[in-house]
Amino acid sequence: MAVMDYIDAIRLAMKEEMERDEDVFVLGEDVGVKGGVFTTTKGLHEQFGELRAMDTPLAESAIAGVAIGAAMYGMKPIAEMQYSDFMFPATNQIISEAAKIRYRSNNDWTCPIVIRAPIGGGVFGGLYHSQCPESVFFGTPGLKIVAPYRPYDAKGLLKAAVRDEDPVIFFENKKCYKLVNGEVPEEDYIVPIGVANVLREGDDITVIGYSMPLRFVEQAAEELQQEGISAHILDLRTIQPLDKEAILEAVRKTGKVLIVHEDNKTGGVGAEVAAIIAEELLYELDAPIMRLCGPDVPAMPINPPGEKFFLLNKDKVKEAMKHLALY
Amino acid sequence: MKTLTEIVVPQLAESLVNATIDKWLKQPGDWVDIYEPICEILTDKVNAELPSTVSGKLVKILVGNGETVPVGTPVCIIETEATGDAAEPAVQPASTEPAATTAGLAAIATDDDAPMRNRFSPAVQQLAAEHGVRLSDVSGTGLGGRITRKDVLAYVASSKHSAGASASPAASISIDPKAQVRSSGMHLSETPRIPKIEIESSTPGRGETFIDVTPMRNAIARNMRQSVSEIPHAWTMIEVDVTNLVVLRNKLKDEFMKREGINLTYLAFLLKAVVNAIKDYPIMNSTWAVDKIIVKRDINISLAVGTEDSVLTPVIKNADHKNVAGLAKEIDELARKTREGKLTLSDMQGGTFTVNNTGSFGSILSYPIINYPQAAILTFESIVKRPVVINDMIAVRSMANLCLSLDHRILDGVICGRFLQRVKDNLESFTLDSKLY
Repeated sequence: MAVMDYIDAIRLAMKEEMERDEDVFVLGEDVGVKGGVFTTTKGLHEQFGELRAMDTPLAESAIAGVAIGAAMYGMKPIAEMQYSDFMFPATNQIISEAAKIRYRSNNDWTCPIVIRAPIGGGVFGGLYHSQCPESVFFGTPGLKIVAPYRPYDAKGLLKAAVRDEDPVIFFENKKCYKLVNGEVPEEDYIVPIGVANVLREGDDITVIGYSMPLRFVEQAAEELQQEGISAHILDLRTIQPLDKEAILEAVRKTGKVLIVHEDNKTGGVGAEVAAIIAEELLYELDAPIMRLCGPDVPAMPINPPGEKFFLLNKDKVKEAMKHLALY
Repeated sequence: MKTLTEIVVPQLAESLVNATIDKWLKQPGDWVDIYEPICEILTDKVNAELPSTVSGKLVKILVGNGETVPVGTPVCIIETEATGDAAEPAVQPASTEPAATTAGLAAIATDDDAPMRNRFSPAVQQLAAEHGVRLSDVSGTGLGGRITRKDVLAYVASSKHSAGASASPAASISIDPKAQVRSSGMHLSETPRIPKIEIESSTPGRGETFIDVTPMRNAIARNMRQSVSEIPHAWTMIEVDVTNLVVLRNKLKDEFMKREGINLTYLAFLLKAVVNAIKDYPIMNSTWAVDKIIVKRDINISLAVGTEDSVLTPVIKNADHKNVAGLAKEIDELARKTREGKLTLSDMQGGTFTVNNTGSFGSILSYPIINYPQAAILTFESIVKRPVVINDMIAVRSMANLCLSLDHRILDGVICGRFLQRVKDNLESFTLDSKLY
């Protein structure tokens, strides 16, 4: 098994799926000749040609719209939004069309698209290159949303998304691209959509999260272990549909739960997770459900102190975990 | 006073996480001006010179040529004169912050007097009840002396331990996390249940059952009652020789079935005959309005279509614009929609005269109730072969009765007799040469 970067795992998944099924193609801004602004699609143009690694105009609504049309015609498009921040012109296509086609046509039509969009800040990207728009799409029936943290899951979930009959939004964290690496099998495998994964076993506190902040959680858990605090970490991997059983099981282990994500707190995924726990597990709770999320400010600041204030880091996560453990 | 400032690897591009020092341009001991390049760095995206953020003397290089380090790593230390405020060391906040937080936590933790001693979480109460633990015996290690879930578990474990082998089944404190996970929250996706009401018979053994009146039954009852109580009904009947029509239909029906996919029924021919007669006697197509009679220009035929438990009267609009084939199609369509319960409101509105094909259920004579507020209703009875006298000779002919109920406020015997005669003439004048289209 090879150790590879998160971004390489994503590229490998696309390459393998395109080799496996000639209906699979990628489209987006600069995904062809340039190979993507992050090099995510590098090499696909050379290997598969311009019709299967297709450069599009700067119009996200068209990227999504074309992908939806192609999908309904039997293709398996992977539409790339260069940054998830640019995705909003396509929300109408995604929410009002892609998500509803199966329902609207009484099961006659499906829309097997994958929309890849890089999320997250901490890259000195400011307003338009740092957002986490999960909550915009979260809670839209008909959409599946995945947000992997480990390279293994990135490859497996992207392959599962390509093969899924329904629209899947694949939120990849751009900070993870080169920062997070891990073992990735070079053979074909999938990680099923809708199944969470326990990253670490522990019995003092439960931490639930997804995507990049789990790195801080893992680092903090390592340090807290030295102080005698053992943390149980659950990686949601898929945020819609949520793996409810896994959430309940993880919370039940410790009775103390901290939910962590980079998207802002109000109306985020954590709110739903907290509500599920409150609905099902009141009598197993040993402490108030806690959330550590981005602040409710309009955008990621471009100035470094502002960015630092906005973003989670190991120390913030560790402090929250410790606070919960001591409660 | 001199201070030391660290120069760190900056975030040069969005996806950048590390950088490699290519070459140092300054050496320890060199003087560096602010913004002056101190080294060259290589990254995945760009190669750039790293400028100094302060003026001062380079005292120490921390990262050598060719080494790769993460963004934010200090690469060298520059000694500055503390004259300007630009020399505020960047490292200082980073080191004070964790200290402050741990101090804060310590303050919380040592806030003794145990104000949380008697605040029990649901988990603690549940565990205490499960194991019969008196919480006042348990010492709390949580915030403000709170008893945590783990405190209870530890207490149970230790008392079990001291009690020896006495405990057996409840000893499995390590709860199987999968065992009792509930997933039963209330969700709106469940359709609300309709309460079932058992009707108890007040006279047991009498053999009566009660059938609730459906809205459909109720509407039929209301309309029938209104019609018979408001309209003075009169009734008349005529006999029609449809032998030629029978021959015509037998000749055409297979071809029609092949071509149109539907049955060519006698009813279509009858409707054509009735509609043409109404054209000649428009008063048949009218409504009583107390001080006037409203005669309708459009001829919209209400067609009585029965199902197992009801009768409906969907409407063929502008029936006079349609030929026999068109009428046959409409009849088929409306009958199908009625059976499938797919009639729309517009299918039911605007009728001006009603025809009921009572022959379809074997009747030879019927006394129909007028479809309020129309002026008349006509029934088409069974076609039966009968000996008939023609020119003093007896012949076997296919005969059918037409019955007409009429609103005697509008219509009288003479006009209705003429109308029926016209219908009869129309029906009897179908020949083998008659066209459907």
